[in-house]
Amino acid sequence: MLSGNLLWVLSGTMLLGIAAGITGTFSFLQKQSLVGDAAAHAALPGIALAFLITGQKELPFLMLGAGITSALSVYCIQWIVSFSKMKADAAIGLVLTVFFGVGVVFLTVVNRSPLGNQSGLNNFIFGKAATMTKADLMWLFISATIIILVSLFLYKEWKLLIFDPVYAKGIGLPIEALKATLTILIVMTIVTGIQAVGVILMSALLIIPAASAKLWTKKLSTMLILSAAIGGIAGITGTFISAIRTGLSTGPIIVLVAAAIFFISYFISPAGQISKYRRKIQFRKQGDVG
Amino acid sequence: MYALTVENLSVAYDKKTVLENACLTVPQGHLAAIIGPNGAGKSTFLKAILNQLPNKVGKVEILGKVFEPKSLVVGYVPQRNAVDWDFPTNALDVVLMGRYGHTGLFKRPSKQDKIVARQALASVGMQDFAERSIGQLSGGQQQRVFLARALAQNADIYFLDEPFAGVDAATEKTIIDILKDLKAQGKSIFVVHHDLQTVKEYFDYTILLNKTILASGATEDVFTPEQLQKTYGGKLFMMQHV
Repeated sequence: MLSGNLLWVLSGTMLLGIAAGITGTFSFLQKQSLVGDAAAHAALPGIALAFLITGQKELPFLMLGAGITSALSVYCIQWIVSFSKMKADAAIGLVLTVFFGVGVVFLTVVNRSPLGNQSGLNNFIFGKAATMTKADLMWLFISATIIILVSLFLYKEWKLLIFDPVYAKGIGLPIEALKATLTILIVMTIVTGIQAVGVILMSALLIIPAASAKLWTKKLSTMLILSAAIGGIAGITGTFISAIRTGLSTGPIIVLVAAAIFFISYFISPAGQISKYRRKIQFRKQGDVG
Repeated sequence: MYALTVENLSVAYDKKTVLENACLTVPQGHLAAIIGPNGAGKSTFLKAILNQLPNKVGKVEILGKVFEPKSLVVGYVPQRNAVDWDFPTNALDVVLMGRYGHTGLFKRPSKQDKIVARQALASVGMQDFAERSIGQLSGGQQQRVFLARALAQNADIYFLDEPFAGVDAATEKTIIDILKDLKAQGKSIFVVHHDLQTVKEYFDYTILLNKTILASGATEDVFTPEQLQKTYGGKLFMMQHV
């Protein structure tokens, strides 16, 4: 049943899950998870525009277009927050919806064009890993590997940047460059994932593994490994389920698998509800004895 | 050479001037208190000295040089609430951050860095908490970890922003002993301080600040009822007995 192509797709989404688990952890700790959500939605106009301009659905073009509008949305959020009195949550909501709205309009234009009917761009909304070709997977492998390697290389610097940016600047770390690199890698993760997971749910792959991992550990290195593992498992399991039940989009299934892992962690992890309840009972018992 | 020279330093946020024409020279080897009422611009003053604010004018020299972040001569201990203590890391890791400047970009901390970090933790009495995650430390312990990080950096001049805020008496004693020890080694220390009762006991040098530097010098010369009245204005009731 596991055809050669499916094996390739499975390893692709696993690698994607690992990459998203790693960059997602940094953005989660930086409290930028929602910015990632906006950036993912903002990939849609870029995909449609790239198709309208080039007339091709070659993945590199679409990824480039997605990367540009996605990065632009992050820049817009930062610009609005620093140059107006608007709070971050409102700025994120505004940018997310405007970019996504523009994306839907462009997509309608694409679908009405003669070339557009078979373009399959609609799959980018919810993701369809099964539609990925060998060439698409090559791009995914390259991009995910770069993301993972750069993150490991900058681990120590990002850790200090996120924990204490003032101190980081004080000892001469190039904090603006480090922040920009982190943003670029998050956008890269999104762009890498949109074909398999889709623009709407891509941010879940950044947030849920990191949020689950945080419940299990109080050490950043362990959190990164766990988050990467959870992302990888969600990627591979979700793709597998969606592949054997043809017709299901990959994105929602990957997210549901990740959510199941979060749900389990929420109850049984050291920081979870069951051990909290146990501690409470124990505390009361001790009180009775004393 | 002076530990700190400040000439006509001004800072404004959103057109509101926080500091105006602050001028100050402090010789080396002092343990100096920076005091003034809430909103006087004490933290802003520190940040401006440490080159953290883009919108400042004026000249600042530390140990005779314009401040350069990469020179590791300056150790900075921010206010405890400046960071998220829920961050997944332990005490030793935070102190190791003080070695990053020595380790260099993109390199892993060496064995030597770890030894220095553990020594710094021991000197603040926290050696038994090295592996403890920072969220589980008390406020006083967190403050000690921050001080240990600055010590691990092995700087020549230290700036501390309200290190005694919300800490227990034992921590306050530990911190002040370490600061006095640093002074004895000839280092210069600047502390934003709130508790006027302890100024005379802790500090040999005092800087009075309210929007600008109002007075500075040996504590016995500067810490007088008249000067304090000038700094705090009508807000000062209970200091008549100093």
